[in-house]
Amino acid sequence: MKAAPFRRAFVTAFATALLGAAWASAAPAARAEDLVFLSTQLRPIESAQKMRTEILAGAPVPTRFVTEQPPQLGVHVRAEAQGGNVVSSLIGGLHGELLPLAGTDNLAPLDDVLASLAERKINPAMLAAGKFGGAQQLYIPWMQATYIMVANRQALPFLPEGADINALTYAQLGQWAANIQAKTGKRMLGFPAGPTGLMPRFFEGYLYPSFTGGVVRTFRSPEAEQMWTQFRELWKSVNPNSTNYGFMQEPLLSGDVWIAFDHVARVMDALSRKPEEFVAFPAPAGPKGRGWMPVVAGLSIAKGAPAAADAAKLIEYLTRPAVQLATLKAVAFFPVVQVEMPADLDPGLKLAADAVAKMGAAPDSVVSALPVGLDQRGGEFDKLFMDTFQRVVLRGEAPRAALDRQAETLKRIIAETKAACWAPDAPSDGPCPVQ
Amino acid sequence: MTPWKHGLLWSAVAVLCAWTLVPIYLLALGAFGGRAIVSEWPKPFLPVGLSLDTLGAFLAIDGVWQATWVSVQAAGICMVLALLLGMPAGYALARFRFAGAGSYRLLILMTRAFPVAILALPLTVSFIRLGLYDTPFGVALLHAVLAVPFATLVCASLFQGIPAELEEAAWVFGCSRLTGFLRVVLPLALPGIAAASIFAFVLSWNEVFAASVLTVRHRTLTAYLLSVLSESPLHVQFAGGLILIVPSVIFIFLVRRRLFAMWGIGNR
Amino acid sequence: MRRAGALPYLLILPSVLFLGVLFVVPLVQTALLAFQQGGAWSLDDWHRMAEDLNFTDAVRNTFSVVLIVVPLQCALALGMTMLLRHVRHGRDLILWVWSIPLGISDLAAGLVWLALLTDQGWLNTLLFKAGLISGPQAWLTYETPMVLLAGIIVAELWRATAIVFVILLAGVQLLPKEYEEAAEVFGASPWQRFWRVTLPLLRPSLQTALILRTVLAFEMFAMALALGGRNFPVMVSEAFNWQYGSQDYGVAASYAVLVMAISVAATLVYLVALRVPAEQRA
Repeated sequence: MKAAPFRRAFVTAFATALLGAAWASAAPAARAEDLVFLSTQLRPIESAQKMRTEILAGAPVPTRFVTEQPPQLGVHVRAEAQGGNVVSSLIGGLHGELLPLAGTDNLAPLDDVLASLAERKINPAMLAAGKFGGAQQLYIPWMQATYIMVANRQALPFLPEGADINALTYAQLGQWAANIQAKTGKRMLGFPAGPTGLMPRFFEGYLYPSFTGGVVRTFRSPEAEQMWTQFRELWKSVNPNSTNYGFMQEPLLSGDVWIAFDHVARVMDALSRKPEEFVAFPAPAGPKGRGWMPVVAGLSIAKGAPAAADAAKLIEYLTRPAVQLATLKAVAFFPVVQVEMPADLDPGLKLAADAVAKMGAAPDSVVSALPVGLDQRGGEFDKLFMDTFQRVVLRGEAPRAALDRQAETLKRIIAETKAACWAPDAPSDGPCPVQ
Repeated sequence: MTPWKHGLLWSAVAVLCAWTLVPIYLLALGAFGGRAIVSEWPKPFLPVGLSLDTLGAFLAIDGVWQATWVSVQAAGICMVLALLLGMPAGYALARFRFAGAGSYRLLILMTRAFPVAILALPLTVSFIRLGLYDTPFGVALLHAVLAVPFATLVCASLFQGIPAELEEAAWVFGCSRLTGFLRVVLPLALPGIAAASIFAFVLSWNEVFAASVLTVRHRTLTAYLLSVLSESPLHVQFAGGLILIVPSVIFIFLVRRRLFAMWGIGNR
Repeated sequence: MRRAGALPYLLILPSVLFLGVLFVVPLVQTALLAFQQGGAWSLDDWHRMAEDLNFTDAVRNTFSVVLIVVPLQCALALGMTMLLRHVRHGRDLILWVWSIPLGISDLAAGLVWLALLTDQGWLNTLLFKAGLISGPQAWLTYETPMVLLAGIIVAELWRATAIVFVILLAGVQLLPKEYEEAAEVFGASPWQRFWRVTLPLLRPSLQTALILRTVLAFEMFAMALALGGRNFPVMVSEAFNWQYGSQDYGVAASYAVLVMAISVAATLVYLVALRVPAEQRA
């Protein structure tokens, strides 16, 4: 058999390849003693890479940045604690994602860390929120972001008569998209309704507050019915590929979509690359106001963390004004400390920053919080809104029937998590009621 | 064979080869075209202005090479386990008629019938307790659950195809059952067994979800890519797709002879 | 085929132990998850699964793909195997090319076909140059469900035919040529030889290939996700979403048990329909 010499050659080649791979991987290996920074933010590959190479490059301690899906954060941290082998020392997440960890006592108090940051002017409202209503500081604000709308300048001539782009209503938005469709035959309005898109936030923080003034309480109110009917009308001018979009910067850059709604960090690429082609503006308003959702991320230290001191150093580092600005430039998340915006800010960032400022300063703005206290059920809560969207808008079901049906699921989720109401719903004692 | 038939044969072969290769070629175009090619319309069929940007940036991402090494380890262990467990079992199924053979077959088939990604969750808890969590060996164990039935069934059908008379002849000449197997059956079944071991390796290499669940810091390449790809722009996905494909293709190329060229058997 | 004492049992023992610990135990745990709620037996999870918006779609989509793809792939793989038997030169190379998809993970295959089928992708470029369409066309949206299904079928055909092909090829190589030669001597046409001699002899390989391919097809996931996203739910993708998105392990377990039940049923059908007679096993 001719096998023997070939076999030898093959084995040698394979062994060499393995050794080569081992050598290559040995070179830039991270040591086991690195600080592990577990975060639900900056998950997309390019954001995470920028975090590692630009922001964390100057960190006082070697850090390993690990990302996790939001519904998994609680599971992950608690599994480590229960197994007696805490690996992730520093945890980065949204307010609503850290709250359940506080509830299960997985976060270490940060009052002494905070004391060392005394002269930093951290946003006081956010700092207060970091106590979760208790006495101890459980997270220190890290960065903030929000959602904006972006339009290609080519779409501007199609704005309805008398509409101010910085103070649109949803009716005007629909009219705008319809105008474009009538003149060009194409549907150029886009939403991130794909599997990895943040569309649920649009419903939770923008559409519902604008039309009904609430989220959970008013889920199946007559205003909500009206809202879904109107949104279904609006969807007729929306690009059908929206149910595939995860990030709106791609369709904006390729010209598939002229008007888009998305998280600031997910449209930043488009604004940075071609700032002269785009405008950024606040989300539209409904009958009850201009709903919008600021997103605050915080830093916590896990209880029983192996590198608590290092984690504290990293918190100090990340809240330095210079690093906060670097974060803004790298990943388009805004500072939480008072800091002078440099005059030479990237034009794309400037567009976004202006839109965010206008949103906050709008006279009719209605602030919504991210869902609080839903922990692992956060995913199911989001699915609820996407299912309602599918039923009413994509499948054409009657809004009243769909809302009543979905309200049952909502009641179940609230009952299981015992979550209290959050803004813009009026506060409640006990679980938030669905009226 | 008439020239006409010959021509027909070769055009069919050519079409099938093109069918396999062209999509990969186009993906490569997309990966090497940088960001611009994603939004280009109409798309070019020939490479114009290649750019190594996306690919380079992708490979430079922290953790890609380490993940590759983890994948290699896990796949190797999986392959060894699959053979060690699958060959004897396949032999037993092929050569013996024993009570429980049917149920055994059913057991191994049921193994493939269950979506393994879901299985990974209860196993996570056990693995954490046993210290197997986040290790290539742990991942290999779960992949072997996928690979052992494959290997067993392929070995069984292979050994079935080898006449028992050959083995019996070996026994007449003084071989024990084991040596008879090693000297007579194994060499004849080698291409198929090689195929089974390649399947096991590639199965483990490509498996995405169990690996994603069972590892957190020492991820396999596919687990790593899945976690970053799902939230990446399109041109990065193309680069990632190409990187997933290339090693497997190279590996199968390296072992192609082992897999297929047994003129002796083919023309028996 | 012989009866023997303890030997066969010893031979299968390692794999039985292995599968017992790593498969049966977690399987039972998952099944318990599906049939229990808060410690008591209940069909709650099953109700929730069946009432979910995507349930009927997921089941229908999965079956559509399996029922169309598996027969097509078998036919294609058989064709490829028979073609290859007649090839003398460059056999290695052709075999390598045809088995390339074996090494491609379903995630990567999904990305390949996404590149082709996306709005501004190569398929549309081809159609545009042929004058059949006037501009980028969306094929993968909820507005064109049939085209989406066709796209997924073609992509699966591309990706997974090699699996069936290689198993059949390994089986064909071990076929004794005497039977076919005898049939030729007796004047059978090539088609008759194939249909009446080769195909029945290939039964064990065919059985293996069909069972493995069908079971794999019911577990299709990454392809549906890559091409269809939210527009093409399948059973395993729904299970995955319930588990990792909604963190509802009970419903995910119900989906898993459902997939398993269907796969076992399909396997039994194959085992009975393609029974390998004892003489062939000797």
